[in-house]
Amino acid sequence: MKVSTLVHRYGTALVLVALAVAFGSQNSRFLSLRNLSSILTDVSICGIVAVGMTFVIISAGVDLAVGSVLGFAAMSAAWMIKLSGWDPHPAWMFALLTAVGIGAMAGYVHGKVTTLLRVPPFITTLGGLSAWRGATLLVNHGGPIHDFDAGYRWWGTGSIAGVPVPVVIFAIVASLGWVVQKYTRYGRHIYALGGNIEAARLSGLNVRALTTSVYVLVGTLAGLAGFLLSARLGSSEATAGTGYELRVIASVVIGGASLSGGTGGVGGTIIGALLIGVLSNGLVMMGVNSYYQEIVIGLIIVLAVALDSFAKGRAQS
Amino acid sequence: MADETLIPLLEARGISKSFPGVRALDNVSLHVRRGEVHALLGENGAGKSTLLKILSGAQSPDAGQLFLHGLPLGHSQSPLERQRAGIVTIYQEFNLLPEMSVAENMYVGREPLRFGLIDWSALHEQSSRILSMLGLRMDPRVAVRTLTVGEQQMVEIARAMTFDAQLIIMDEPTAALSGREVESLHRIVRDLRQRGISVIYVTHRLNEVSAVCDRFTVLRDGQFVADGRVCDHSAADLVRLMVGRHVELLRHRRHRAPCEEALRVEGVSSQPASRTRATSLKDICMNVRAGEILGLAGLMGAGRTDFARILFGAERCSAGELWLKRDRVQMPRSPSEAIRQGITLLPEHRKRDGCFLQQSIRQNMSLPNLKQLTRWKLFVSERRETQFVQKYKAALGISMASDRTPIGLLSGGNQQKVLLARCLALAPQVLILDEPTRGIDVGAKSDVHELIRQTADTGVAVIVISSELLELLAISDRIGVFREGQLVAEVDGESATEQGVMSLMAVGTAA
Repeated sequence: MKVSTLVHRYGTALVLVALAVAFGSQNSRFLSLRNLSSILTDVSICGIVAVGMTFVIISAGVDLAVGSVLGFAAMSAAWMIKLSGWDPHPAWMFALLTAVGIGAMAGYVHGKVTTLLRVPPFITTLGGLSAWRGATLLVNHGGPIHDFDAGYRWWGTGSIAGVPVPVVIFAIVASLGWVVQKYTRYGRHIYALGGNIEAARLSGLNVRALTTSVYVLVGTLAGLAGFLLSARLGSSEATAGTGYELRVIASVVIGGASLSGGTGGVGGTIIGALLIGVLSNGLVMMGVNSYYQEIVIGLIIVLAVALDSFAKGRAQS
Repeated sequence: MADETLIPLLEARGISKSFPGVRALDNVSLHVRRGEVHALLGENGAGKSTLLKILSGAQSPDAGQLFLHGLPLGHSQSPLERQRAGIVTIYQEFNLLPEMSVAENMYVGREPLRFGLIDWSALHEQSSRILSMLGLRMDPRVAVRTLTVGEQQMVEIARAMTFDAQLIIMDEPTAALSGREVESLHRIVRDLRQRGISVIYVTHRLNEVSAVCDRFTVLRDGQFVADGRVCDHSAADLVRLMVGRHVELLRHRRHRAPCEEALRVEGVSSQPASRTRATSLKDICMNVRAGEILGLAGLMGAGRTDFARILFGAERCSAGELWLKRDRVQMPRSPSEAIRQGITLLPEHRKRDGCFLQQSIRQNMSLPNLKQLTRWKLFVSERRETQFVQKYKAALGISMASDRTPIGLLSGGNQQKVLLARCLALAPQVLILDEPTRGIDVGAKSDVHELIRQTADTGVAVIVISSELLELLAISDRIGVFREGQLVAEVDGESATEQGVMSLMAVGTAA
């Protein structure tokens, strides 16, 4: 196999391994089981949303509102428990259903506005980014809600056979996403939708319903992630999920998806998410000023796509 | 005839070019004289596109040399440098900016300036001068998107003139034009020749070669086959040189008993809704029987494509009633509804509306048919999908190395066969084919004709839209003629003549 093809196919994975080795050689604690588990837990919550975002971006759309939807879902869930006097049993199930339902509803609104009013998804979800954050602040007048019970906290801090619960859920979501994308009609239809929307329509696909479905999917997963985040932190903050949209979109794009649609995959997205996770954790361990981290992550996003385009160009010519 | 000067304007000597796995050009030569229209002929995959890319500077050859006025041209020149040298290429897909005006498009990047700002009056004056020199009555201020395809082509030519072009390369310039627009293009090409400008003219329509071209070069499988004067060769000679075998474009009359009616429409009318649909349909009544091939003739903009898209639910009509197998049904409101009713459309623009270019042949073929390929109604079975693709590959004679290669890498003819397979697998009762052979080579064309006949023989009602009259005459049992949104006549396929149908298309009455 030619080098350019190798780079094109496994480039991000190679960079991920190289980074892990580099950080590990600088600081032995980096590769400790405890630190790796902490990296994975950090990555999980964003990663769950990124799985949904992969579908959106493959369909040639984008969702800028995921962070706000996540915050709103988490806040609404906590507020519902508080409203009911901390009574429902088990509280976590009540919260989980609320968060997921709110996320799905928000996604449905984005999908309908995009398809029925023909507003580009960038604009719809840019509006959503602001509106859902405002709604989050309204719910509890900007204040946090905490004091969740142990059953609730388990979803964020517990573990199953030594693996943190959020990591287990991320693994399940990612596997399901991968199977759906690779082996089901729905997955194939999403690629078709992003590849050529008019050809998809003329092939008899219901493009409006399909478009709406990807926003519902990412919204639902944002709701789930919001629930897990609040369980992990032990509180729902009005600012929860701020800036997630960037990290999530970056994971998908570093993973090889094109914003013009039709290409990408959950496998790549997971590597993209891990890359960002390893990078932020490693930089912290090396004691790099957190302001630099933001700069480095920004550069990595651009570099990853540049590398990919370069390799693609080489592989074609 | 053109002035025959002995020093060629452009000479390509021993050009070779390889791509991974393909030798696209092998020691090809080309001589274009000053002030001649030179036809570049060959089937798809013969190497014409690669040669054009090398001439236009978009690619450089592995071996060989280009000469302009006998002086060698450097290889690594960019298309822009070639344009400055006077070699301008007009591609099949136009490079126009739809939102900008005609004048802006002609001078984009080279607008006349005054005090560092665009000098609009000079811009409009200069472009008007070129437009009127070409005999075009066109306002340079109008936006290009409001023009017809034919007019946009004229803008491309006018743009070429702003470069003081000595050689204009036209890649299938008439592929999307209607009869009248072809005529005016030919007039302009002859006019360019009068001015001493040479034209390389790539086309699949051989009657055009005798109409406008002086000399020709034929390529086959990346190799030079022959060149010569057009007047010394008949169209049949040229076809034989191109395909290396004798292809008969004769009528194949099918003999079958009349079957029951598959589809009938009455009173189909539509509004000219958008700029993509300039025509309004007026009270179309028509039927087609199972096993019948109904050809739809008409000039571009006569409403044939609109009619097809309405039948397929891709566009709405303002009035109209539909019967399928004598049952009154609702007009489909979406393509998916039409497909459920048994109506399928092969769209007019293969790449724009048919193909998923990034995706594999396999994915392109199976997309709307995945339901029949799933296990437990959920998972697409790789094994069944492979069998599915192999079945249609064999049935339609699709040549491909692997079904995992992107469809964009196939030749036009093979792409069309993949899309045809996609339609056939939906098992339609009524199959509508909009320009099924546009831009595909002679060999693939007769394959597609044969497939259309076979499909009709299985009892499918086939409606074929084509701008090539000879094609309609060759395959149709019956021909409906559209003119300005109306179905003006129906003629029997057997007794129809080219002149008769042309006259109906152009003036609405038989000659």
